Amino acid sequence: MSIIAEITLIAVVVSVACSLPGVFLVLRGTTMVSDAITHTVLLGIVLAFFITQDLNSPFLIIGATFMGVFTVWVIEALQRTKLLGDDAAIGIVFPLFFSVAIILITRYTGDIHLDQDTVLMGELAFAPFRRLTFFGVDIGARAFITMVIILLINAGFIALFYKELKVTTFDAAFAAAVGFSPILIYYGLMTLVSLTAVGAYDSVGSILVVGFMVGPGLTAYLLTNELKKMIGVTVLIAVINSIVGVRLAFILDSSIAGMIAVITGIVCFLAFTFSPTKGLIRNLLNRRKRQKKFDEKVKNVY
Amino acid sequence: MMWNQMTLLFNDYTFQIVALGTGFLGFLSGVIGTYATLKKESLLGDALSHSALPGIGIGFLIIQSKELVGLLIGATISGLVATAIIQLMSKKSSVKFDSALSLVLSSFFGLGLVIMTHIQGRPNAQQAGLDSFIFGQASAMLVRDVRLIAIIGMIILLIVIVFWKEFKLFSFDPDFGRTLGFSGKFIEFIMSTVIVLTIILGLESVGVILVSALLIGPSVAARQWSNKLGIVLPLAGAIGFISGILGTIISSVGNRIPTGPSIVVVLSIFVIGSLFFSPERGIIAKRSTYKKQRKYFRKQIELLEEEHEK
Repeated sequence: MSIIAEITLIAVVVSVACSLPGVFLVLRGTTMVSDAITHTVLLGIVLAFFITQDLNSPFLIIGATFMGVFTVWVIEALQRTKLLGDDAAIGIVFPLFFSVAIILITRYTGDIHLDQDTVLMGELAFAPFRRLTFFGVDIGARAFITMVIILLINAGFIALFYKELKVTTFDAAFAAAVGFSPILIYYGLMTLVSLTAVGAYDSVGSILVVGFMVGPGLTAYLLTNELKKMIGVTVLIAVINSIVGVRLAFILDSSIAGMIAVITGIVCFLAFTFSPTKGLIRNLLNRRKRQKKFDEKVKNVY
Repeated sequence: MMWNQMTLLFNDYTFQIVALGTGFLGFLSGVIGTYATLKKESLLGDALSHSALPGIGIGFLIIQSKELVGLLIGATISGLVATAIIQLMSKKSSVKFDSALSLVLSSFFGLGLVIMTHIQGRPNAQQAGLDSFIFGQASAMLVRDVRLIAIIGMIILLIVIVFWKEFKLFSFDPDFGRTLGFSGKFIEFIMSTVIVLTIILGLESVGVILVSALLIGPSVAARQWSNKLGIVLPLAGAIGFISGILGTIISSVGNRIPTGPSIVVVLSIFVIGSLFFSPERGIIAKRSTYKKQRKYFRKQIELLEEEHEK
């Protein structure tokens, strides 16, 4: 397989894996919590690395995922005190965790392969070179294998708990009344977000992950009105964005993950402007129509 | 020994410059951040700081040098464009504010990465010299940087004083402000510009990710101690100032501690302390009043029961 084809394949898998939990983040309006998670898993990665001393250990992924879930819990605890705004709580927690992680990295890990840039920026161009070997046999790029597994976990969770996710997302009070636990589902979803962020950090970096999660879902949200369709469109958009992004990045000789994020933004903005049901232009036309109708009514009265 | 080290540090010229710069920045972002937090737009700072990257890249492409003023102008423009898109998306459609934030944040940052890596002529984000932008480089602050911070800071503070009434009105009740005949768009534009400018100044010292903490932290801490804007604002400034200087001291004394994160940790201690120990709103104070009330209530019930038995 050529390098570009392999990079495209990895990009597609990463995008789709990220976009799936994103659907529910967009619908629930908790995308910034996921932004916080993508930053704080860094602390998890660093702490787990101190224990395992191995960047490829599966325990690293588990430890870092746990840190993401812990972040959600701390944010919720702060929000419950009502002493500060919901968004301020997010803005207090993640910079602190992140700072501690950066201090630990600069102090103790000067000469090993865990520098801040790798974690923050990631680089898809290098992904095919980091191979995963199983009993000495090369079974594929590490990022590819990891993200396929995470993609399957995400898809499995959504398929298994589709009803629960749907009802807790759209009507949490009703869900609780019928006997579903919105909190449990919420934490399940956030566990997926953390896991995905940890898996994706070395290919796209922790800053861009949030765009990979939110972008396709938001685009689909603007284009559809039904959850099943929205999930389908989300996956489709994620695939298109990553293929176009990789191509363009190769043509312009630039950061691949960055380019995919740009394409994601542009596609979403196009959907926002031109969506036939919820778009900007549609809304303006609707308003004008209503105004005309109203004016006529007023005229008729006099 | 410790004392000697400290006097040595305080007489060190570089330290004086850096501490002055970070302290002043802390003060400024404390004051301006209070408005952002009051408007419930504190995470806007996070999105804005990330959105500055493409502006810096384009600024560099145009002026072909790392002249600070040019880069700052580029950063300010792209920050304002990002704000406009976020506001447009969240106000003119059913897109939620935080979704718009996350989308704009990552696409602008991605665009910045694309421009930076393109300038470098290699597709490797790790070598694009983004370190100083992402983490800030307080320790490399020069006298002219501090002068720039001081001048822009003074202008910003002057704006805050001149528009005191308007800013207050629009952070608490923008609808009421509009009915009184103030131009909402004008005031909102000035407020956004002031917030963007503060963030861009902060990028230099603490970097993209942590500048939002500098904006949110002081105001949240100060808010716990008073209900009056006239007190919260200077208090937030003071907390920002002290955090800036303490953070710089710790990073100079300690071995290999970056300045930006060190400032954020100090600031977070202020925030956590305020949340727990503030005398009226604090978590501990609330707990104890709750317990007292419960005791009082129990006693009342007991009294009632006794009376009933009689």
